[in-house]
Amino acid sequence: MQLTQRAKQVDRRPMTFVESLYLWNIAKGMWITFTHLFKKRPTINYPEQTRSFSKVFRGLHVLNRDAEGRENCTACGLCAVACPAEAITMEAAERLPGEENLYREEKYAAKYEINMLRCIFCGLCEEACPKDAIYLSQTFAPANYGRKGFIYKKDELLIPHPVNDPQGYQKAREEKSGKVK
Amino acid sequence: MSEPSKLFKVTIDNITVEVEPGTTILMAARKIGGDVAPPTMCFYSKLKGSGGKCRTCLVEVSAGSTADPRPMPKLVASCRTNVMDGMIVKNITSERVLDARAGVVEFLLLNHPLDCPICDQAGECHLQDLGYEHGKAGTRYEFKRRTFEKEDIGPYIQLHMTRCILCYRCTYVADQLTNNRVHGVLERGDHAEISTYISKSIDSEFSGNMIDVCPVGALTDKTFRFKNRVWFTKPVDAHRDCPTCCGKVTLWQRGDDVLRVTARKDEWGEVQSYDGKPGWICNTCRFDKKHTADWVIEGPTKIDRHSVISQGHYVGLQQPKETVQAVMGGRAPKLLMDIHSVSDVNSVDISALPGPATSKTFDKKNQ
Repeated sequence: MQLTQRAKQVDRRPMTFVESLYLWNIAKGMWITFTHLFKKRPTINYPEQTRSFSKVFRGLHVLNRDAEGRENCTACGLCAVACPAEAITMEAAERLPGEENLYREEKYAAKYEINMLRCIFCGLCEEACPKDAIYLSQTFAPANYGRKGFIYKKDELLIPHPVNDPQGYQKAREEKSGKVK
Repeated sequence: MSEPSKLFKVTIDNITVEVEPGTTILMAARKIGGDVAPPTMCFYSKLKGSGGKCRTCLVEVSAGSTADPRPMPKLVASCRTNVMDGMIVKNITSERVLDARAGVVEFLLLNHPLDCPICDQAGECHLQDLGYEHGKAGTRYEFKRRTFEKEDIGPYIQLHMTRCILCYRCTYVADQLTNNRVHGVLERGDHAEISTYISKSIDSEFSGNMIDVCPVGALTDKTFRFKNRVWFTKPVDAHRDCPTCCGKVTLWQRGDDVLRVTARKDEWGEVQSYDGKPGWICNTCRFDKKHTADWVIEGPTKIDRHSVISQGHYVGLQQPKETVQAVMGGRAPKLLMDIHSVSDVNSVDISALPGPATSKTFDKKNQ
């Protein structure tokens, strides 16, 4: 059955003596190489140079804080239930009196872990989140020598504190919007 | 008088059913089942006197009876209106009903905090289901929501007054199941709130059933508070010989840990009946028997497959046979990483705690 109109019959005749010298084919290949001298180079000097990501690039997860530095996450479990790779686990705890400056709501995630070895960076956790607490930034998980380094916990996931570390916070926010390459 | 066995014919959403005289429209609709049955928030068939408050079960009566086939001018609350012979009722086939119900949902949600991500009832909440099926996406309410200070009503039950929709079910439970009621609805109008008089704790043996009848997350189990989400736990039917109650319960497990014990629910979200008697359970069964060894397991609970709880796929789960050891001549496979050696989760046995975990729970571990 013919699928397209562009199908070509393959010539299976044995090569003649002149053809088996490959002179014409070598010349053809050399010509292609020569023309590439005048074309723009597609490679870049990574890591000194990096390419910009697409606006919708989904990279490393960040746990968000609000403007006062309180954690948004309430450990509702919607990211974990949405996760197709089952990479997210968490444990919830109740906010004690006096911890109002740390957590935005009366319940918070005491433990929050993402297994980056399982994660497929689909972004469903970001879509499921009702509290704008998790988002995928424009960076990817750095390489690591061991597997243990890929279990990301809260200290690695949380965005820098906007009051205590305004520069780090600003940088993370810019990474989110894709301004930093 | 007429013979006592005469049945009334009533047509609900073009389905005719024969019921005993004295049946309400709602119970007749439940006899048909499915979408025909109006949703209820305050009516509870196992509690005498409940119903007539929330107005979610409004239906249109397009013909009163065979003798008087005039339609009823207004929508009627089906939980409080008895059927007549030849009555024709419209529920989901009536535009007016659907519109009115959307309005009722909007009213019920006026002061509701919508803190479902925090609420332990999320996933089995009747107000969530109602809002999802009958509500509109937005609200027109622009004012500050009514809020309450959190109040302690004992070691077992957590009261969240802000979530309450004032269905009065819990007061009927206290009246009809326990010897003395220490809580009720105080104040009136917008200030009405469920509370104990004056900060008493509720400690009657059957008081835990308030948690089961509460349609929202206003009364929740303190021993289950923030332990896990409902849809990550697996419901299992179990029973034990209990001297005070029927002992038939649903265990909500995670692994082999029992996180929560509730009464078994029927398809309307009400406590199941056994031999005509509702299967209320006592506080000992509910709060104290939190070990699998205390119970005789019957099998997984049947959950509606549209419920988020059934996402765990625990029914008919078969553990695949471990083949690696057979292939490797009895040697265990070499793990490149054991997740439990890295992960902080499960470092504290949360199911053994009497209440919610706090930052103190995790601090002690570090010391």
